Parts: sequence; C-alpha cells; structure tokens
Amino acid sequence: MTERVEVALGPGEGVRWRVPWTLIVFLGALTLPWIGSRYDTFLGTQIAIYALFAMSLNLLLGTTGLVSFGHAAYFGIGSYACGILMKTLGVPFWVAFPAAGLMAAGFALIFGFFCVRLTKIYFAMLTLAFAQIVWAICFKWNDVTGGDQGLSDVPFPDLDWMSSLPGFGHMRISEQFYVLTLVLVALCIAALRRLTLSPFGRVLTAIRENPERAAFIGVNVRGYELAAFAIAGGFAGLSGALFGIFNRGVYADFVFWSKSADVMIMTILGGMHHFWGPAVGALVLTLLNQQITAYTEYWPFVLGTILVLLLFAFPGGILGALDSAMGRFWPRRDTSDRDA
Amino acid sequence: MLEIFGLRKSFSGFVAVSDVSLQVETRQIAAVIGPNGAGKSTLFNLITGHLRPDCGEVRLDGRDITGVAPHEACRLGLGRSFQRTNIFPKLTVFQNLQAAFLVHKGRGANFWARSDALYRDETEALLASIGLRDQASTLGGTLSYGNQKQLELGLALASEPRVLLLDEPTAGMSATETHETIRLLERIAGERSLTLLFTEHDMEVVFGIAQKIAVLHQGRLIAEGTPQEVRADPEVRRVYLGHGH
Repeated sequence: MTERVEVALGPGEGVRWRVPWTLIVFLGALTLPWIGSRYDTFLGTQIAIYALFAMSLNLLLGTTGLVSFGHAAYFGIGSYACGILMKTLGVPFWVAFPAAGLMAAGFALIFGFFCVRLTKIYFAMLTLAFAQIVWAICFKWNDVTGGDQGLSDVPFPDLDWMSSLPGFGHMRISEQFYVLTLVLVALCIAALRRLTLSPFGRVLTAIRENPERAAFIGVNVRGYELAAFAIAGGFAGLSGALFGIFNRGVYADFVFWSKSADVMIMTILGGMHHFWGPAVGALVLTLLNQQITAYTEYWPFVLGTILVLLLFAFPGGILGALDSAMGRFWPRRDTSDRDA
Repeated sequence: MLEIFGLRKSFSGFVAVSDVSLQVETRQIAAVIGPNGAGKSTLFNLITGHLRPDCGEVRLDGRDITGVAPHEACRLGLGRSFQRTNIFPKLTVFQNLQAAFLVHKGRGANFWARSDALYRDETEALLASIGLRDQASTLGGTLSYGNQKQLELGLALASEPRVLLLDEPTAGMSATETHETIRLLERIAGERSLTLLFTEHDMEVVFGIAQKIAVLHQGRLIAEGTPQEVRADPEVRRVYLGHGH
C-alpha cells in the first residue's frame, strides 16, 4: 500500500519522464514574431499580459478562495506607476517595472488589511469599493495621472541591445517588446507556480478548503490572506506595468470595475482550480473577442451566452472540462499537480 | 493542565454559560455532559477562543489564554476537534495532515520549498497511528464519516497539543465505529500523555473512559466528580440521567 502512496504523491515523480509542456509552449510562443504577422504578435503580447493578470487573480480566487472583485485596482496602480515613472520622470524600465509591482503590492497590503477582516460577499464588496476609490482618484487627479485624458505616449523601454542578438536584428520595437513581455511573464508565472507548490501555497489551499479548521491547525488565517492579497496585487501590478507600455498609454478605465470583471471571467472560463486555467481563459477570451467583434458589435451578448453555457455545462472551466474528459480515457495523473 | 475560572457568556440577554469553573489535571480524561442546549458547545468555544467570555479566565498549564485567537491557542498547545467534521475536503488525507505539520513546524510562510517533500515521515507515522494509512491518497471529503472523524483527530494531533478538546467525538457513529474510536482515543491519549476534555451524548462512552465528569445544566455546572460520584448525585439524576439510569 505504501507503494501506491509513493506513486500518487511522491517526490519520485522526478523519476518518470514527463513532457515539458511549459517549455514547449514558451518556445512556441517565442517564435511568433518570426512566423506570425504583426497583428499576431500584437495579440500575443496582450494574451501574455492578461494571462499573468488572470493568474495573479487566481492566487486569490482559486488557491485561497477569496473572491476579489477589485483586482483591476492593482493592475491600474502598476500601470500608472510604471507609466508615470517612465514618461514623466524618465526612469528606465528596469527600475520602473519592479517599482510598479512593489507599489501595487504596497497598496494591496493597505487595502487588503481592511478587506481580510470581512468574509465572503462583504470581502468582495470591499475590494470593489477600494478599486472604485482608486478609479475615482485616477480619473480626477489631473496633475499626476492625466485625469480623464489619461497618460498617453508611454515610451517603450530601451531594447536596442536586443537588436544585436542573432536573429533579432530586423525586429520592430513592438516585436522586441513582445519578446521581453513573454520572458518577464514566464518568470512571473514560474514564481507563482513555485509559490503555489510551496508550503505557503498549501496553507492557502487549506484556508480555501476550510478557514475554521485552518485556524485550528495554527494558521493565522487573516495574516495569510493578507500576504496572498499583497502578492496577487504585486503580480497584477507587474502585468499592468507591461500593459501600459503595450497600450502606449494608461487610462482610468484600466482601474474600472469592468476590468475586474473581465479578468474574473477569464479565470473562471479557463478553470480556476487548475494552475494554467486563467492563462487558457485569457487566450480563449482574447481570441474570441477578436474573432467575434469582426462579425458583430454584440460582443457582450456573445460573451454572456458563452458564460451561461459554461457555468451550467462546465463549471470547472475549460481545463476542468478537459480534465474530466481525459480522466475517462487515462487514469488519474498525480494529484499534487492538479489542485495546486 | 486546563483550568477554567468563573467563565460566563451571554448572548443578548440569554445566559449561555454562567460562572463555570473546572479543572482538568494533566493526563486526565474528563467529560462535560448535559442535555441539549446546556451550553457545552459554547463552553468549548470560550475555551478555544472562538468566543470571548464576558468574564472569567482560561489557563493552559498556568498560562492565561482567555480570549486568544484560535490559531494562537493552537500554537500554545490546545488541540480541538469539532462536532460536525471539519477537514480539508479537497486535499488528500496525506495532504491534510501534511498541511497541519507544515504549519505546526513553522514552515507555513516558506514560499520556496516543495511542500510535497516536507514532513513525509511524520505524516506517515501519524497516518499509521490513526489507522488511515491505506487511505493516504484519497481525497478527505470522500472518506466515510467515521474515517473523516479519524482524520480530524489526526489534524488536531499534528499540532502536538498537550490538551485536546473533542466535541462529541462519536456523534453519528455506528456502535462499532464508536467502540473503535474510543479505543483509538484511549490509546493515543496514553501514548502522547494527552489531557482530554470531551463532550458526548453517549453515556456508555462517557462512563466508559472519563475519569472525571462535569454536568452542565442551563449554563451552570451542577455537579462534578468521578463517574461514581456523578452517577450517585441526586441533582444529576433528576435533571439529566432521568429515570433509572
């Protein structure tokens, strides 16, 4: 019987040879500027950024069981921080990017301090309230944020060094920025992955499963929730920083509640109980949006219909549905990987 | 040892627990009994920090733990199992216990290690001790009711408590399961030198293992003593044990 345990959970999984899907997807995506059109690269950048944004939300939603309805606040704060630093203050990207993440994490720490004191719907409403406050400030504080005009012409980082790499010489700056985005997003996702599989991540999962019991194995539930909130805010801020540059400008609607809804839809569409679910959701939703808006202006109608079908037919999202479909043909893979 | 002095708790005028004092000696097995609504669960929640008493004091090995947060109480050596089972349903049995070890050993804030590789031996040993080795890779929520109770006991034990509070450990169990659970509790309490305080409806269980029994009635302690003393107490016979027990 011990053998079965070893197979199911063991560190022995290193012995088995596994297909390095993550690496394959990353390398495949990296070739996009060479094999795809300019528009493909544009979409690719957007998908990569949204994937990180959605995965940062899922640290709260899927891993910790906290429904944050104001995640756009930290995305927006990261955008503004990076945009203001680079455009107004002329700070280089390599400083502005991490600073944007820290700034967003700092605000998440302050707002989260109050939010984790509430539970369930009250928690969700308070996160939304803080996000709307941030939105109002961004919308009105003309001197710093540009108010309703926003902050246009955020510069690209200086990526000239990339042109000297073999094969990168012919690239446009937007394509170089795609490569940079992809690498940074991959690093952030790797960090999130590591976090999810760490003891800290396991404690977050325990909180999601049963906060009362978690307290009684000695977990300071609010403390852990606050840490998760700040970390998720920080990664959202990093994705926002990239998005501001990608979008060539930062606007108040980055912080608006509909942005929080978008990222939540991505996460649920892809499958919040799967580590890669939010990334799949970001991919599918972005592509669908592009395809459907080409045919009809009623994108919200189509999106609504998709969501209704999804929630009734596949409540586990796309990856949840795939998982159970595969489960019928193949025996279960190791559990440690799934519910991370 | 666990000491309670003059605990009182009222909810908008209704006095649920009134001036309760009780001492449980180290390694003693003590039970709190009383009819439904006597205040047993409230008393437990006051001890473990879920509720803050209006007045009174709770001491664990001489240390004042009145009103500390549950996770603090747990860290200070107070373990608890709940009346309705309280586990992590979508973690495997192994992961349930492993999570408890991670937290207990102070590794919960570790962002970098692989949690799967940590405290495997401790978890295995505890699994064997509570008799769930064969179910290690089963999801907690899919276990049978009795097994979930065992797992919950395991969760409480992983924090290596000195005093363990059990709220109706055999509630809803069949006669066989009840019997096994009691044997398990007795063995583990002995092995780990635990101080045990439990509530229970099943009088056979109570009089079978408790060395000390306290009887609650309408929020007040009406009797306290050895099983023989409590059995002979006229007041207890009148309000609780009823006719001819």
